Amino acid sequence: MTTTTVFFAALFYVATAILVLGLARKIYQYASTPAPLKIPTTPAPTTKTGVVLRMAREVILFESLFKSNKWIWLFGWLFHVGLAVVLFRHLRYFQYPVWDIVSLELVQAAGKYASFAMVAGLIGLWARRFLVDRVRYITTLSDHLILLLLIGIGITGMSMTFVSHTDIVGLKAFMLGLMRFEINPLPEDPLLMAHLALVATLMIVFPISKLLHAPGVFFSPTRNQVDDPREHRHLAPWAAELEK
Amino acid sequence: MAASTFETPKLLNDTATLPIPPIKPGAMQGVQSFIAGDKIQEQLGYPGELLPNWKERAIERMGELLQKYRGLQVFLDACVHCGACTDKCHYYLGTADPNNMPVARQELLRKVYRRYFTFAGKYFPKLVGAIDLTEEVLDQWYSYFYQCSECRRCSVYCPYGIDTAEITMAAREIMDSVGRGQKYSNEILGKLHRIGNNLGLPGPALEDTLAGLEEDILADTGVPVRLPIDQKGAEVLLVTPSADFFSEPHVESLIGYAKVFHAAGISWTLSSTASEAGNFGLFIGSYENMRKAALRIREAALELGVKRVVVGECGHAWRVAYSFWNTLTGVGAGAEDPFGKMLQQQLDHRYKQPSHICEVTWDLIQKGAIKLDKSANDHRIVTFHDSCNVARASRMGDIPGGQFIIPREIIKACCNHFYDMAPETIYEGTYCCGGGGGLLTDDLMEVRVKGALPRMQALKQVVDEKKVNFMATICAICKAQFTKVLPYYGFPMSMVGGVHQLVSTAIQLGTNE
Ligand code: SF4
Ligand code: SF4
Repeated sequence: MTTTTVFFAALFYVATAILVLGLARKIYQYASTPAPLKIPTTPAPTTKTGVVLRMAREVILFESLFKSNKWIWLFGWLFHVGLAVVLFRHLRYFQYPVWDIVSLELVQAAGKYASFAMVAGLIGLWARRFLVDRVRYITTLSDHLILLLLIGIGITGMSMTFVSHTDIVGLKAFMLGLMRFEINPLPEDPLLMAHLALVATLMIVFPISKLLHAPGVFFSPTRNQVDDPREHRHLAPWAAELEK
Repeated sequence: MAASTFETPKLLNDTATLPIPPIKPGAMQGVQSFIAGDKIQEQLGYPGELLPNWKERAIERMGELLQKYRGLQVFLDACVHCGACTDKCHYYLGTADPNNMPVARQELLRKVYRRYFTFAGKYFPKLVGAIDLTEEVLDQWYSYFYQCSECRRCSVYCPYGIDTAEITMAAREIMDSVGRGQKYSNEILGKLHRIGNNLGLPGPALEDTLAGLEEDILADTGVPVRLPIDQKGAEVLLVTPSADFFSEPHVESLIGYAKVFHAAGISWTLSSTASEAGNFGLFIGSYENMRKAALRIREAALELGVKRVVVGECGHAWRVAYSFWNTLTGVGAGAEDPFGKMLQQQLDHRYKQPSHICEVTWDLIQKGAIKLDKSANDHRIVTFHDSCNVARASRMGDIPGGQFIIPREIIKACCNHFYDMAPETIYEGTYCCGGGGGLLTDDLMEVRVKGALPRMQALKQVVDEKKVNFMATICAICKAQFTKVLPYYGFPMSMVGGVHQLVSTAIQLGTNE
């Protein structure tokens, strides 16, 4: 058992704990804070099904962003969809046996090439932070660093796929081991270690950064409320107190 | 504050929209509305002057609001600085001050939120742009949170629906709680609490005005149309912005509502204790003050025993009525609690409660209960300005988007010549008039004139191409703002008017009796 293996095993346990507990805490906070007034941005759906569809369009197609700015939409969508496909391909490192759908040739190939879309999207988004004066004005150091982190994850990952293959079998044994609380040796490939370190960093900053937009969007009252204030009385507990 | 110290922006030919301006940092920092004095503040339950421990109190109040409003909590966390909203605010487009970009306006509050409420901001402030609350920050808050009309245009375009209006309201509530209030909004809200309307008109003055209007209508049309007040047992209680009683062109719409009720044979009444639909409690983000103002209407409805509550032409009033009255006062349906039921059992649920006057009129037109002569408006070539609060914070009728369709259908039933402005400047993408959300004061004239720029540009296109000479709207603030601002851009101020002003011209009285 090398120090590297122990370090990465510990890192992943800590990162996972921070990610899960941090997100759970935030989601609990969002879910338990009342929305005392009906504030959907209208025109809004008048039924629950309508709201589910609206939310699905927002989350899958980025509908509002599409209306707003085609460049940000294009780069943002490329990045997120690329990431989703890449992550789906990655499932095989965590499964035994691997789901049939994940092991499909098509899924594996798509997962490889989607990384280009992902990184292209990220570079586009980053370029805007320098090129558009309005976006430059609102950009903070952390905005740059998060993009850099994601690009780093993308490039190290792509290098292992397209340039210098890493020991996938060893990696998989390490990952499956972690999931069963056994520590198996991690292949000592610098690219792989960089990739994993960056991913763990992302997991750690997730619940304390703007990456909270991921759970946040589902709790956004302007998007998730049904437009029916005349039909149903909507009252938050603290507001009901005022009537006593 | 002299009104002539700024330059009115120039309009271009052959376009509905202007190019996005390059940023001019600090351009509007110095433009502030007058600060409220102690008497005004205390009437609303706020400290009379800036508290000695204002910083602690501000942070504490922010913490309270974060626990009361999920929207605020999510909006402060979720922004990714994508920049999609940066060119969506009319105040940014008109002033080029980057702090008028919605995201930058939010950042003024978010930076402080991060510093005191988040891990990253507490330990790595520089990294995430978190800052301490200082005098300078408070000063920026006071400038830029009163350069937002809470129009919600930004929220339409944000991928997470982040509504800067909610952030502005929270910031104003925080400032009010530490003793830094705005004179204009808070003085008006105080008058409403004391007297029952924003203008501070006592009951007898109102009765005189209404009697005068009845005489005018009789002289004009030969028909005795009534404008009743405090009539117990009337079917409809009409609540309308108090500007409708005195200001031009507002009063023309009031005459229009009266003619509609008359022609359809509906008994109706105004109330001297609830003679105001406007509710500036919304603007300052104060649930308690908004509720207090709205309760007057509940009380009047109960006391007069009306079966229906109808709201006149006012944008933010309609938002409060449509979206919040059921919550605040029980004017609505579906209550299961004693407070809500008390009123709801009295109301007639064959009609929407509350209804917008446009819903009432459109319903009557469809039923053939009122007759309109379109040719009476032949001298007018009409366009329609969607008011923000109606467009993005309410609805009319049964289907999403009814708030766009119904007023247009009424106009088309009253006029032969109607043209919409460019599609990206109407419906939910409509540009604010520039004077909403508590900015309709002379001390903010520069903000108002510059903020009207995108709307003026879109208007210019239909004036040039379609010879439009009348811009109809259903908001008292839009009417007052445009009356002031149109001349700055070379348009006559009489171009603006109400939808019911058009109805008033076209309606055939006496045909249904
Ligand atoms: S709510 Fe309207 S005025 Fe305020 S920032 Fe958004 S677009 Fe601008
Ligand atoms: S569009 Fe929304 S997420 Fe993007 S910068 Fe504006 S407020 Fe933030």
